[in-house]
Amino acid sequence: MIETENLTKKFGDLTAVDSVSFRVDDGEVFGFLGPNGAGKTTTVRMLCCLISRSGGSARIGGYEVGDGEDSLKIRNMIGFVPDNVGLYEPLSAFRNLDVYGRLYGVPEAKRKENIQRFLKLLDLWEKRDFAAGTFSKGMKQKLAIARSLIHDPQVLFMDEPTANLDPEAAKTVRDFILELKKEKRTIFLNTHNLDEAQRICDRIAILNTKLMASGTPGELERMVGKRKTVIELESVTDSLVATIQKMLPSATISVDGVRLSIDIPDADMRTPDIVQALVQAGGRVRFAGVVGSTLEDTYLKLVRRDQ
Amino acid sequence: MRLSQAWIVTSKDFSLFKKRRNIIYSIMVIPIMVTCLLSIVVWYIQHKASGVASPDELAVLLPAFMFLYMILSGIIPTTIASYSIVGEKVEKSMEPLLATPTTDGEILFGKWLAAFVPGVASIVGFGSVFMVTADVLSYGTLGYYFFPNWSSATVLFLMVPIAVILSVEWNVLISSRVSDVRIAQQTGSLVLLPFAGIYLSGELNLVNLGDINNLLLITAVMAFACLLMLYAVQATFQREAILTRWK
Repeated sequence: MIETENLTKKFGDLTAVDSVSFRVDDGEVFGFLGPNGAGKTTTVRMLCCLISRSGGSARIGGYEVGDGEDSLKIRNMIGFVPDNVGLYEPLSAFRNLDVYGRLYGVPEAKRKENIQRFLKLLDLWEKRDFAAGTFSKGMKQKLAIARSLIHDPQVLFMDEPTANLDPEAAKTVRDFILELKKEKRTIFLNTHNLDEAQRICDRIAILNTKLMASGTPGELERMVGKRKTVIELESVTDSLVATIQKMLPSATISVDGVRLSIDIPDADMRTPDIVQALVQAGGRVRFAGVVGSTLEDTYLKLVRRDQ
Repeated sequence: MRLSQAWIVTSKDFSLFKKRRNIIYSIMVIPIMVTCLLSIVVWYIQHKASGVASPDELAVLLPAFMFLYMILSGIIPTTIASYSIVGEKVEKSMEPLLATPTTDGEILFGKWLAAFVPGVASIVGFGSVFMVTADVLSYGTLGYYFFPNWSSATVLFLMVPIAVILSVEWNVLISSRVSDVRIAQQTGSLVLLPFAGIYLSGELNLVNLGDINNLLLITAVMAFACLLMLYAVQATFQREAILTRWK
């Protein structure tokens, strides 16, 4: 659905986005992670045909981004939720959506149907005649999302949709994105909320002017660190540690209070053997599991390395 | 250019204007005050104790008063255009609007129309009211109805619309440089200086504002300035420039 190849944007001497290539498939939720100033918003603006590209190419739904005729077609098939909601605050929620429905050329009957549908889905229908300016931040964000969907776009670009929202409003927005995912819409999500990206996205790309990495959340987690076995015992004795060391001579074992961390290749396969050996040696196991590096580890390592 | 698309932008702006007291004030209250004041002056100079105005004096004064409506062209559209463009910029609603399948030209034309229509309607409407009032008040002195005449028609139906266009164009250029509605209005109001200069020239008898040839010459100069400014406006009102270079 979305393809970029060496997409580049320069503002004078400053390179905001440097040769970025990625592909987003139909119905996929694609997370774009990166620190402030990484070029996330610039990339979205290029893809939404709001600003030109300095190099490379991008296509959405087969149309060329940046081509005059195609740009209008692309803008017609995408929805866009900017980082600032940009509502017409003196106008009612209904009128805000109606204006955009008309701009997208949605016929009146369909427009009214869509307004009702999305306002009801987002719990705003009862407030449809209230001025948008009287809404809370969360309600405004929901209204901005409804606005971006008024023409039933196949592709939705969302720029930091949960930034500055309280946890409850952020959850409502995240749940709604998951609802949209069920409808097989392609969603391009700009965020610097790692937890959100991990929970919502099928695939994630990490950007810091250049594309640092991309893959599923699981692939990214495994990218920078090995998985290790963690075992919590009632008490850790030298003999228990020696038992494990004898069993796995190449393993690096560290002790943190009653917790043993055993760094070995193939931790998932060896953990049951380790537990059995500890029990046979008289150890009382409270917890055993395999933990790996997190998305945060990967993100921080990639971003810091780049800096 | 799809006029229907531009009209959606215009009608949206009209809905917003209805909620803004400043805009209602500039469209309604200022022209009402000017019309009342000028009518009172026309009545007063015919009834003052130290001697009434002669028909010749009145015939010079009335076209000059009519020309004051030109000056309103620098005030009313300035308020509307600054709210329409800088207001949208301040409230960050320009970006989602630019993301719709609407061209830069359609948005610009829609915004231009939103400032032009109420501006011209207000000035022409209240200018017409003044003509009727002045006719009623001056008939006793002149013995004939002074308005309408070719010079008043030229001012109201030719010069005022062109002055409003010039004013809106100037305000679009200003809007790209400022991020505050009040500063936009104050700077935008500078457009009335040349109109005020022409009015003063008339008052100082340097230019006869009752002479239709003079009015047509001024109109031609203004129309030329409009065309020149249109190129600058088109270069300024570009999607990318609005998002990345406008202050």
